[in-house]
Amino acid sequence: MVKLKPSPKAKKGDLVQVHIVVLAPDERAPILPEATRCVPYEGWIKGYLLDEVAEFGQTVRIESFIGRQLSGVLVDSHPIYDHNFGEPHSELNTIGKESWKKLESVD
Amino acid sequence: MSNNDYDSVMARKNKILQPALGIDYEKFEQSPITFDYEMLMAEPGYSLGEIQRVQRSTGVGDTPLVELKNITKLVRSVALPGKGARIIVKDERNNPSGSFKDRRASLSIYHAAQMGYKGVVCASSGNYGAAVASQAAKYGLKAIVIQEAFDSRRVGQPEILEKTRACEAYGAEVWQMSVGPELFYIMLRILEETRYFSASLYTPMSILGIETLGYELAQQMKQQEGRFPDMVVITHAGGGNVSGTARGLQKAGAYSTTVVGASVDLQGLHMASDYDFNRKSFTTGHTGFGIPFLTLPDRTDVPRSCARGLRYLDRYVTTTQGEVFFVTELLARLEGMERGPAGNTSLAAAIGLAFELDQDQVIVVQETEYTAAGKIHTAQLTFARQNGIEVRRGDPKESIPGKSIVIPEGVEQVRVEEYNLQKVRQSYIKNVLKTAGSYQPQEMDLSFMAEDTKSSRDFIFETIASSKQVQVA
Repeated sequence: MVKLKPSPKAKKGDLVQVHIVVLAPDERAPILPEATRCVPYEGWIKGYLLDEVAEFGQTVRIESFIGRQLSGVLVDSHPIYDHNFGEPHSELNTIGKESWKKLESVD
Repeated sequence: MSNNDYDSVMARKNKILQPALGIDYEKFEQSPITFDYEMLMAEPGYSLGEIQRVQRSTGVGDTPLVELKNITKLVRSVALPGKGARIIVKDERNNPSGSFKDRRASLSIYHAAQMGYKGVVCASSGNYGAAVASQAAKYGLKAIVIQEAFDSRRVGQPEILEKTRACEAYGAEVWQMSVGPELFYIMLRILEETRYFSASLYTPMSILGIETLGYELAQQMKQQEGRFPDMVVITHAGGGNVSGTARGLQKAGAYSTTVVGASVDLQGLHMASDYDFNRKSFTTGHTGFGIPFLTLPDRTDVPRSCARGLRYLDRYVTTTQGEVFFVTELLARLEGMERGPAGNTSLAAAIGLAFELDQDQVIVVQETEYTAAGKIHTAQLTFARQNGIEVRRGDPKESIPGKSIVIPEGVEQVRVEEYNLQKVRQSYIKNVLKTAGSYQPQEMDLSFMAEDTKSSRDFIFETIASSKQVQVA
């Protein structure tokens, strides 16, 4: 499957995703593990673009799924859900067969 | 104009939370240690019958009890003679959004609608977010779900990405946040801005909503088997599932049923670490939440938590990631039930516990959850491997959280580890006294702590006396 993304742009009404930096590393909670302390606290939100046209990287306004107006940096348009069922694993594949064999030997 | 830096927002948390919860928690406080738990639980004013009516009106609850005959038989084929209790599962997947979390959300959202709120906010990366979004859709309320979703590389667990999809499918505004305890900070800011209801997992409504689960399963057992279960196994994270289910069992009269909490062992991984975040395959129901919430239940997003696991637990056991994945495969192959791995944590523990119990005894596993892309063992093991985790068959006791997942070679290797509840109780006492500062505990506080830990006044007294740090007044 090829993800069709013709241009890093979006127009008014498109479903888009924006990025917001909520807290810079030095603004974060006082007690954090080392790996967390050195990165910003950030978030991603989807909604419909309110600007006429915008390019990725621009700060834009969106209307969220519940109708709230939010602003953030445009990072994606027509975002897709691409999580999947993963790969088959030999460690799982034989469990059913082995267990049935054991059950059948009891009968 | 208010200041929105981290410290300023946290400093006004009570001012933000009170209108968002609609409960004045002050009136339940009796001392820096003691509060009236039952009075707080009674505050919303819902009887069990009313809660059942509310839940039935949106298709929540009344899920079937299903006996796992082939799994029971498999356990008996390798158990000691006469051992191998019957295992029965409450198939909570049959709720509208696919998990028991619909019970928690249903009463909270009904309550929010009754109180006139226009929308609800919850912080959840799991099934609860989807349940809130689903129930909000039913009542025509707006829903905002805040998830801890990505590490700083913007890589997210497949299971959490599936929850994002589910929440958005129900029409919620979803905030996919990076790793950190600042989830609470952003929740406070959103609550302050929207004036929506806080659908916290720790309110009386959230726990009352689960009482129907314990009550129902006890009633169903009585009808189907003519008796209550010998043991109920409950996945434990924040304590709500244990508290609500156990309270429901008591309301049905099942006082002699042993209540067992079960968590996936993730000891050694830091829950707020950007690095550790994607090196675990379970996002809840694990010891990273289970132990902290037992030893200090009030570390939540409400002034006093109604989820108080230690009050109700008779035993606490742990299982491993590999055992849960193994059992997930067994459930599909032997029982024809394909369910999400996280919901099978209590089933994995129940199989381990079945080896200890006699064949005429019955263990009820009180939940299952839906499965989908991302929320399935094949996707979770693929993700684990991509993050450098070793996956192999072998003795699950050799697994190291964050480094390896060891899938048992046979059902005989599915066993539980007992977690010492006396030690947990001692940590609870230490934490409670620390939180109370210079306050000297009174006789009333000893009674409260005894009740809150399902122990005795003397045990509390002796633990305090042996710590030598605090005098009892």
